[in-house]
Amino acid sequence: MTAAPAQAGTAIGMSGLTVRFSSRRSQTTALDDVSLDIQPGEFVTIVGPSGCGKSTLLKIVAGLVRPTSGEVSLLGRPVRGPQKEIGFVFQKAALLEWRGARANILLQAEMRGMDRAQAARRADELIEMTGLTGFEKALPHELSGGMQQRVALCRALLHSPPVLLMDEPFGALDALTREQMNAELHRIWRETGTTVVLVTHSIAEAVFLGTRVVVMSPRPGRIIRTFPVELPAHRDYAQVMSDPRFDRLATDLRGLLGSAAANH
Amino acid sequence: MTENALDTAGQQAAAAMAAGAPAASAATPSTEGPGRSTVAGPPPGTGGHPPRPTLGRRALALADSLWRPALVLAAFFAAWWFVAAREYVPNYLVPTPGQVWTTMTDQWSELARHTMVTLYETVLGFVLAAALGLATAVAIAYSRTLDKALYPIVLFAQVIPKIAIAPLLVVWFGLGLTPKIILAVLIAFFPVVISGVAGLRSTDPELLDLAATMGAGPWRTFRKIRFPNALPHLMAGLKVAVTLAVVGAVVGEFVGASEGLGYVLLLANGNLDAPLLFADLILMSAIGIVLFVLVEIAEALLIPWHASRRAGVSLTTS
Ligand SMILES: Nc1ncnc2c1ncn2[C@@H]1O[C@H](COP(=O)(O)OP(=O)(O)OP(=O)(O)O)[C@@H](O)[C@H]1O
Ligand SMILES: [Mg+2]
Repeated sequence: MTAAPAQAGTAIGMSGLTVRFSSRRSQTTALDDVSLDIQPGEFVTIVGPSGCGKSTLLKIVAGLVRPTSGEVSLLGRPVRGPQKEIGFVFQKAALLEWRGARANILLQAEMRGMDRAQAARRADELIEMTGLTGFEKALPHELSGGMQQRVALCRALLHSPPVLLMDEPFGALDALTREQMNAELHRIWRETGTTVVLVTHSIAEAVFLGTRVVVMSPRPGRIIRTFPVELPAHRDYAQVMSDPRFDRLATDLRGLLGSAAANH
Repeated sequence: MTENALDTAGQQAAAAMAAGAPAASAATPSTEGPGRSTVAGPPPGTGGHPPRPTLGRRALALADSLWRPALVLAAFFAAWWFVAAREYVPNYLVPTPGQVWTTMTDQWSELARHTMVTLYETVLGFVLAAALGLATAVAIAYSRTLDKALYPIVLFAQVIPKIAIAPLLVVWFGLGLTPKIILAVLIAFFPVVISGVAGLRSTDPELLDLAATMGAGPWRTFRKIRFPNALPHLMAGLKVAVTLAVVGAVVGEFVGASEGLGYVLLLANGNLDAPLLFADLILMSAIGIVLFVLVEIAEALLIPWHASRRAGVSLTTS
């Protein structure tokens, strides 16, 4: 399985997505009429207040949650059930507690029936790249929260998926590691041309990584604005942080998120 | 080596359940393999793991875990000996430990034969109960229809007083092994089903989502995620089941048998042979304890990763 086959048209298409969760006690509208088209090779970051339906949106694209109404397509095909052309990083690391770090990463290969030797080589590369060397056999409960998330990231990258869906993958990392992981993810994206959708609470992360930043409103989640990121495709962390365009966009985003929260 | 240790261990457990003796699952897993031991971790200096325990240290740990129960047991025997030797209770009711010991050694070959019979019935009953119980649990956990259909039957099988149906089983199946094994299965089956269902249902939905995005079929998801995840619950159920299986076998022997510890017990009772009766009781308990410890060892080998098995939280001896 290699990265991003040449595709025409949109990688991910969403139109009029509405999701309502009803339980005996209450009814929640998580998403309200969300439409978004994502082109192959784009890196879209999504920011929005807690509980506005960001995780739900990713799960709809993955085919794990069925929208109440609306249409989704992935790589040109309508999404009807769970999709396997993707790598998914869940908000919780979701590791198997009986497997060591490396075995957790290789779960991806085992479940897909990938070539073992090749998968093992790739796993070792990813482990090295994410700084997990020395912890290959450590069980999840012996890893820090940030290390657990790095394992989950490696697992999602193992099969070089054409589409990567990431739900706050760096939420549990310290600031420094987070910067390193951002730079690393940026490099991976540039080199592979993977289509990425990343949910984050960090404005800096959203701007540094994204080619587009999507801002969502508090529940029921709507897209209130989409900002193109006018930074070069090849970015260096320190340079971007001191770039005036970064500052302007970050200020805009902060203002928008702040006012959205205040109006709620 | 890409195959995870636990998967291999899980398969061994399943194979052992299907093939027979629970002892097999305790004995077969090899000692090496990735992620097997909780101490297998990063190389020294990176993770701060304690060194692998040496033999001397292991012996010390064993002694440390054994002296308390040993003390209680010694106190119990002392009290027994005191009461019996002073004849506070007449010896034909409570014999002295010495008398019991003499009986045990004098009639050892006979007693050993009867013990083997009861042990055989118990183990066979337990293994069948484990296999049937696990299959039923899988059916219940995976299918709503089977859940609705099977649960009442399982519950019914549990609430019928087993002692009441024992005579019926003897009428149906004669005095051979069959009614004892059926009773052992009937009585040990329920905890396996309940714990199995609880275990299989406790899978984190996010893990099932993950499996779905990996395009894995139900069998792979079961083998790699749901079954290993259910093991801690299942092992708890198996520990209860193995002790109940002894009860089932003995009750079966009470009702109609020509051998086995239950038969000897009735005989000793009829002859007012208190030393034999006590020796018999000790052997029955020994069967239960040995089998329980074997399941515990199997548990320690299968789920060293589980919180209940991490250093120092062990429920009992091992
Ligand atoms: N399975 C579910 N059943 C019922 N309600 C749900 C379910 N999943 C999500 N919700 C509700 O939908 C809303 C959106 O949830 P979601 O997890 O998508 O938010 P989020 O934007 O990812 O929040 P956060 O930033 O805190 O992760 C929440 O109000 C939540 O309570
Ligand atoms: Mg979320």
